Amino acid sequence: MKVALFIPCYIDQFFPKVAIATLQVLEKVGCEVFYPVNQTCCGQPMANAGYASLANSCNKNFIQNFYGFDYIVSPSGSCVAHVKEHLHYKPREKEAAIMRNNVYELTEFLTDVVKVVNVGAYFPHKVGLHTSCHGQRMLGLSSMSERVGPSFSKPEQLLNEVKGLQLMRPARVDECCGFGGTFCVTEEAVSVRMGQDRIRDHAANEVEYITGGDVSCLMHLEGILKRQKSRIKVVHIAEILNTKWSIK
Amino acid sequence: MISSREKILKAIRGCELENKHLPSLNFGECKQEDLLAKFSQTLAAIGGRCRKVGGVEQIDAYIQEAGSKYPCIINAVSELRGFNIIDFVNADARTLASTAIFIVRGSVAIAENGAIWVTEKNIGNRSLPFLCQHLIIVVTEEDLVVDMHDAYEKNAIDIDGYGVFIAGPSKTADIEQSLVIGAHGPLSLEVFIIESSSNKP
Amino acid sequence: MEHKIKDHSNAAARFLKDEERATWHDETLWFVRSKRDKAAQQLPEWESLREMASGIKAHTLSHLDKYLLAFEAKAKANGVHVHWATDAEEHNRIVYSILAKHKAKNVVKSKSMLTEECGLNHHLESQGISVVDTDLGEYIVQLRKEQPSHIVLPAIHLKKEDVSNTFHECLQTEKNNFDPAYLTNSARIVLREKFLEADAAITGVNFAVAETGSIVICTNEGNADLGVHSAPLHIACMGIEKLIPKAKHLGIFLRLLARSATGQPITSYSSHFRRPRKGQEMHIVLVDNGRTQQLGRKDFKDSLKCIRCGACLNTCPVYRRSGGHSYHNSVAGPIGAILAPNLDMRKNADLPFASTLCGSCTNVCPVKINIHEQLWSWRQILMKEWYGSPAKKASMKAMAFVLSRPRMYKLSGKIGRKIMQWLPGLVNNRLNPWHKNREMPQAPRQSFNEWYEKNKR
Repeated sequence: MKVALFIPCYIDQFFPKVAIATLQVLEKVGCEVFYPVNQTCCGQPMANAGYASLANSCNKNFIQNFYGFDYIVSPSGSCVAHVKEHLHYKPREKEAAIMRNNVYELTEFLTDVVKVVNVGAYFPHKVGLHTSCHGQRMLGLSSMSERVGPSFSKPEQLLNEVKGLQLMRPARVDECCGFGGTFCVTEEAVSVRMGQDRIRDHAANEVEYITGGDVSCLMHLEGILKRQKSRIKVVHIAEILNTKWSIK
Repeated sequence: MISSREKILKAIRGCELENKHLPSLNFGECKQEDLLAKFSQTLAAIGGRCRKVGGVEQIDAYIQEAGSKYPCIINAVSELRGFNIIDFVNADARTLASTAIFIVRGSVAIAENGAIWVTEKNIGNRSLPFLCQHLIIVVTEEDLVVDMHDAYEKNAIDIDGYGVFIAGPSKTADIEQSLVIGAHGPLSLEVFIIESSSNKP
Repeated sequence: MEHKIKDHSNAAARFLKDEERATWHDETLWFVRSKRDKAAQQLPEWESLREMASGIKAHTLSHLDKYLLAFEAKAKANGVHVHWATDAEEHNRIVYSILAKHKAKNVVKSKSMLTEECGLNHHLESQGISVVDTDLGEYIVQLRKEQPSHIVLPAIHLKKEDVSNTFHECLQTEKNNFDPAYLTNSARIVLREKFLEADAAITGVNFAVAETGSIVICTNEGNADLGVHSAPLHIACMGIEKLIPKAKHLGIFLRLLARSATGQPITSYSSHFRRPRKGQEMHIVLVDNGRTQQLGRKDFKDSLKCIRCGACLNTCPVYRRSGGHSYHNSVAGPIGAILAPNLDMRKNADLPFASTLCGSCTNVCPVKINIHEQLWSWRQILMKEWYGSPAKKASMKAMAFVLSRPRMYKLSGKIGRKIMQWLPGLVNNRLNPWHKNREMPQAPRQSFNEWYEKNKR
């Protein structure tokens, strides 16, 4: 199984530890992982700001780097959702269509493709899961509180198997944290207020960590937590899954 | 000059709309449940009250007792004592504004939402279900249906000039979302359901 | 005179300054959404109802000309006068001329977002006609000379103290009596008299049935019926998108509408008007006002499926924390943000950006409008049409330039991280909106790419 690791630009630059954890988790479950070194960005920041038209060369670069792998896997639901919905490049439209279909967010890749139940992780902490919207509502990583139907959650499924981890559900189980790409600066007041409210909800559960599948949401929440001098820390789900049994 | 009607129709026709078919309607299996219990429970939840009675005499007795408290009762159910709607069919709203109780026949009662179909034919005067302080609707057990779809199957809404689904008394929550029963219309709704074995009104 | 372009972001920041009230606003609307969830969960067929409702609306819109003509013919046969208005101005003119013909001076009006959109009250008042909004929430905002801030809960931005003060001033109610029941009853007494003396009643329309030529109006308060049945003249104003083909389709829409709006199984009154009562005159005004233009926009025509339940407002985390007035449009919230640019792109260019694109609106919508995708599409159009600032475009262009060139990306990433390490003040300052209430992430020494080159190659 040839897996290409897609590391979004801001994770590459600011959160290499999340990328390393993702790589190691994938190797731990038996994948042959390749990292195309000339990858940059999927183009989402431009597209969500209304400039999808400027993302053409990003799309071209993406296709150049990632075409030909069985799977493309990324520790970011939001970037994966963007590729799934908007990866287009006229001269290579056929390839783009295939790639839109085989790009996966990490947790869904683990549960649906690798079909791993327990990754053998150990994280003895009280943890709250922030359900990121794009992963949830666009990729279908978990059921939504708006819809009527069976309830499920791929990230929760994995976290429930982590030894020692006590998973706490916030009262508003899937409300947006307010990051929203450029929204976080253009609508700074609302963005921050939304983040503060999410944190309050998790803090009521006395969690030690807030985890999630999207570094962007976590970066936003972490920024607020640090400003508040809170004791709650953020950790990406890949970092939890990458912990080992033996660590006591 | 081209009329606005033509302009609008032309604009629509200029939209190059893809033909979308009317979806086939499928409401699933018809649920078998205790319709009366369900109706009564739903009605209570939306602020109304439901009483099951054996026959019209029980309603007569109730109205007679109410009559000692409320002088102005208008009754549009011919099988009941005190039937008097004929005197008010053409009355204006101001005359009717002092109506304390209005009694009317409902033709379909819906278990899923507590709504009752009341039509012009039975009302006599369209203002009355809204101007009265207290509304009483009389239905028979056979009039109970499961849901809105059943109700529209049973109702031919094109027969009368006016008809209304009434679900509970009038209400509002426009001030801080606190529910207040009795907005502009009736302050209460009482529904009498006559058991199927007994005489129908 | 140059109009300052209104900006959702600034208005939202002002709204959030009153922290306590903003919390109350958020929690109250969240409570309404929770009631909606409960109501939906009770119907296992909920998702199939949404699917059917969406399909019926899509079908009707794709044959709108045919259904409008069928509706008109039936309505006329029912003894109803039918008018057509291409825009707000014509709508207002038609309504005024009907009222003038009847020498109507006192008008009661039940809730109609269309007449808000057209600015009807202002037009009639300038001609000497008194219009009283009879929905309690609308009556409150009318007395305060404000706009409704929500399509279903017009006064949701107000607290009972505000209402009490307004009523004390305008209706001479007891000072400092904040009891909602007392305040509601006070309005009931005043408005009863208005209903009885009205020369005409204006209503909106929730659904218009082509098959029967009838219109359906839903209220909880009974105010539409009280007005219409008392007055000698009824004028119903409707957008042309309100049509549905058959009466039996109402079963689907009425099951969805109130549950989505407030969590009630149905509104207290769902009134079906087919013919005027004896001695009464009934008029229906069919209004375009940009709707055919929206119908012609491939990406946005589905916004016309909207049944105005307000569920997308209640669920929207941005709406709940910015209030309806921040949308500076008659319809606020996510649905307003996809309808408004159709009417005026320049004035409403900020609205599609007042969203995190979380997608909750799309999934709560009873007629399955892909609201968040339309917000995204509007962003593309608005920027293409140059409604973005030149600075924004320049920065986006620079970003795209760097991000499509791997070597330049790696180099600028490295430089950027070094600057953040050595001169944190350059990014951690008040000119950086991120830093106002959040710490910046700490820049690591090496990127993943650098780590990978060293350790894995």
